[in-house]
Amino acid sequence: MVEAVLNGLGGLVAGFQALALDWRSVVMLVVGGILLYLGIKKDCEPLLLVPIGFGCILVNVPLSDLMAKDGFLRVIYDAGVDTELFPLLIFIGIGAMTDFGPVLAQPSTFLLGAAGQFGIFLTLLMALFFGFTKLEAVSIGIIGACDGPTAIYVTSKYAPHLLGAVSVAAYSYMALVPVIQPPIMRALTTQAERQTVMKYKTRPVSKTTKILFPLVITVLGGLIAPKGLPLLGSIMLGNLMRESGVVSRLTKASENEIANVVTLFLGLCIGATMSGAAFLKPQTLVILGLGFVAICLDTVCGVLFAKGMRVLTGGKINPLIGAAGISAFPMAARVVQREGIKYNKKSYLLMHAMGANAGGQVGSVIAAAVMLSVLAGMGIIS
Amino acid sequence: MAEEVLAPIPGKITKIFVKPGDNVLEEQEVLLLEAMKMDNPIFAPCSGKVKEILVKEGEEVELDRVLLIIE
Repeated sequence: MVEAVLNGLGGLVAGFQALALDWRSVVMLVVGGILLYLGIKKDCEPLLLVPIGFGCILVNVPLSDLMAKDGFLRVIYDAGVDTELFPLLIFIGIGAMTDFGPVLAQPSTFLLGAAGQFGIFLTLLMALFFGFTKLEAVSIGIIGACDGPTAIYVTSKYAPHLLGAVSVAAYSYMALVPVIQPPIMRALTTQAERQTVMKYKTRPVSKTTKILFPLVITVLGGLIAPKGLPLLGSIMLGNLMRESGVVSRLTKASENEIANVVTLFLGLCIGATMSGAAFLKPQTLVILGLGFVAICLDTVCGVLFAKGMRVLTGGKINPLIGAAGISAFPMAARVVQREGIKYNKKSYLLMHAMGANAGGQVGSVIAAAVMLSVLAGMGIIS
Repeated sequence: MAEEVLAPIPGKITKIFVKPGDNVLEEQEVLLLEAMKMDNPIFAPCSGKVKEILVKEGEEVELDRVLLIIE
């Protein structure tokens, strides 16, 4: 009887013994702590880093089985990440928050949204070169979409073993956009180009246009690239609800309650994929590196394309707005506005940058949709 | 020689840093215009004296609205 009790008590130290045997769990507990520190103390994307950091800690305490078959993290993961439901729900909220007015008023800014996605494809090629499989390369390239839900959707569907690395890379670099972009913007432009003043002309966009836009894009986009319809349809649903003006309860719920609840669960699940065995591999470092490169290339392509547009319009375009063509909305547009005013106090690029940024939002989804549909056409995915 | 300072983008005036009669220098920050959830500084286009301020803090302004006049 005494033996049985002693054995039972021995169970209380089993956890510490297991921890001592597995250095990777210890490292990941520290990583989780670092993410929490960045989120709480440094105010770096706390809405994501706090649940991710804590989920990472939970899953790396040995013997706790939270991600085992009936563990509570596994249940949430299977319900929302495995089914790709969570990123799509967040996307509805993002569509509800996005105003495509500036893009519709100046459709040429949409082209910048397309140019800003080239980093995705270039990074995909580099990932292939590094030896990743086609599906892994797509998931790594999509970090360049600068779009959390899109990256999570693609990765959880086609390369779920990379989910931890890809999402940490995607969200960390999105937070670093204000740091990564300005030096690239400066390096690729001349002082005269940076100082170009772009006058904001409002071309009033009719309500009908704003309602037809999400509808048309969904159907057209879905016909061209059906694999991307879940993503495209979700963001456009949110936008349609917003522009219709008649379902403000649903729109508000999408932007607030739904988006907040899902963000919490999604963050936890991402953290839950960061077990030591899965995360601490050399390829994680490569993914983090490639993700960084993807965003840099996006910025380079956007700015260079904007320079080309400048030449074609006889000097009217400030190439700095090209940097807003990435999907980090609205951060990239704000970066462009701050940089523009730094070089010329009369320059207000905000509205043009917002147009490019909103265009980038759609562009990144379309880029993902096209990639997936091409892969489906090649027979690589069903 | 009066120069009008116009709103470069539509938004809300959140802060006005000068009063009528103040001397301002070119490129001095004269007010904050909030747009797209960002506080955008508006700078004086020339040096001079603030003749008139035509907006109030908290007011929504449209594109090209005259904000203040410097002479």
